[in-house]
Amino acid sequence: MNMIEVTHLGKKFDDITAVDDISFNVVKGEIFAFLGPNGAGKTTTIKMFTTLLQPTSGSILVNGFDPATQPNDVRRSFGIIFQDPSLDDELTAFENLEFHGVLYDVPKKIRRARINELLQLVELEKRRDDLVKEFSGGMKRRLEIARGLLHHPQIIFLDEPTLGLDPQTRNHLWNYIKDMNQKEGITVFFSTHYMEEADRMADRIAIIDNGEIVAEGTAQLLKEQTASATLEDAFLKLTGKAIREEGAKGIDKLRTMRHVWKR
Amino acid sequence: MEKITQYAKVIYILWLRQLKRYSRSRARMIGSLAQPVLFLVALGFGFGPIYQKAGGGNYIQFIAPGIIAMSIIFTAMFNGIEVIYDRQFGFLKETLVAPVPRWTIMLGRTFGGATVATLQGMVVFCIALLVGFRPESVLMLPVALVFMALIAFFFTAFGTAIASRMEDMQAFPLIINFLIMPLFFLSGALFPLNGLPKTVQTIIYANPLSYGVDGIRGALSTQMHFTFRLDFLVLLAFTALALALGSYLFSKIEV
Ligand SMILES: Nc1ncnc2c1ncn2[C@@H]1O[C@H](COP(=O)(O)OP(=O)(O)O)[C@@H](O)[C@H]1O
Ligand SMILES: [Mg+2]
Repeated sequence: MNMIEVTHLGKKFDDITAVDDISFNVVKGEIFAFLGPNGAGKTTTIKMFTTLLQPTSGSILVNGFDPATQPNDVRRSFGIIFQDPSLDDELTAFENLEFHGVLYDVPKKIRRARINELLQLVELEKRRDDLVKEFSGGMKRRLEIARGLLHHPQIIFLDEPTLGLDPQTRNHLWNYIKDMNQKEGITVFFSTHYMEEADRMADRIAIIDNGEIVAEGTAQLLKEQTASATLEDAFLKLTGKAIREEGAKGIDKLRTMRHVWKR
Repeated sequence: MEKITQYAKVIYILWLRQLKRYSRSRARMIGSLAQPVLFLVALGFGFGPIYQKAGGGNYIQFIAPGIIAMSIIFTAMFNGIEVIYDRQFGFLKETLVAPVPRWTIMLGRTFGGATVATLQGMVVFCIALLVGFRPESVLMLPVALVFMALIAFFFTAFGTAIASRMEDMQAFPLIINFLIMPLFFLSGALFPLNGLPKTVQTIIYANPLSYGVDGIRGALSTQMHFTFRLDFLVLLAFTALALALGSYLFSKIEV
């Protein structure tokens, strides 16, 4: 059973082709990595999955629903942790979660318990009633993760979820996601440009570059196909470049992002 | 039925958010009161004697309803335009992926923004009392409140509609100078509508704010150009239109 089915999906912004005729499936219950450098089209694809952008061509099914014609069925199915900030800074941590719970119609009793449980999980229970604008980048990220999981989605989209998080928080987060995946069977779709994260965490990987999917399969398969010892090597052979060789601008942006998250 | 309760909850939580944001921002509250106070004092005391000499009566009595309307349209418009802030700071995405029709989000925002703007109008009303304004009849205060709320609704929805098509704040000064200012000055807020040149009068008659100002003034000081019924119907029609347009444009937002 497929949680996501993508057929000949494309997205153009004026003359830029951000996503170029991609097709693949994500199986229910798996952890799927979307691996590619900055500007590859990862965020654009996730936005099309999550009803934020209309595709220029092709079709999508998420949990059996079409984002274009059944947006609310699709929205009920997923949780998302966006790449960029998406909290209300003028509200407290609790209020942000409460707001989300109401939007997703989580009954009040369950909502309160769930919020407490998640705040504990992301170690923010002591900051529950503080305004988000006082939070560090890492704390905001953790709060967003708690929010994305609040309504027990069937699939969770994580757009570069660990970008700039310190190794400890990163491990912690992945442990929890793995746990959710195993215990609750939640499907996980994450984008990343960290090789090692895709290699270690994902059941299957799609490598995207310049809006095109250049390879897809288990890390093992990708290595075998390219006769490489590491995923890094496989990536190099498939795309003709190392993932770090992105435009200088991209690298700068990453650096500043990381700087922000670490504060 | 279940759906309707859910929509009501969504509208409520968005309304609540607007109110919380407003009540937490002292700077915003004080900043948005400075202008009406300045207008009341400067125009009321500055033009008062001239107006009286020209046989118009007490200018504070005349102008206070106009200044109340002014504070409402500015606050309402800013609240509508807050969509752009939410887009820039990212929170808009959270509401756009919520599993409810986008019009419920838009309506909740508008309710919140309009409530804040109406409250603001009430504060300005109290300030007007302090500088000598006296409403004709206490019984008519609820009528004034209805018109204040309608203006607030119209302009919040209108602001939301415009902001839904804007990516950043760059067009903001344009909106203030080429939309809000003319709407305010050509609404009868500052001068009576009698004996004006034909073109000016035509513009004023096409301006929804004219009917709002007239309604508030009629309720607070009995000076009226149109009738309550006309004021109410015109403003209601404009508000419905702005809500429909705003909902449509808001539902088409891509981020
Ligand atoms: N709203 C937009 N308008 C124009 N170009 C865009 C827009 N969003 C993304 N792009 C472009 O589409 C390409 C893919 O971007 P994105 O999906 O953000 O990549 P990634 O998430 O993999 O870093 C980039 O070239 C980017 O500049
Ligand atoms: Mg991205």
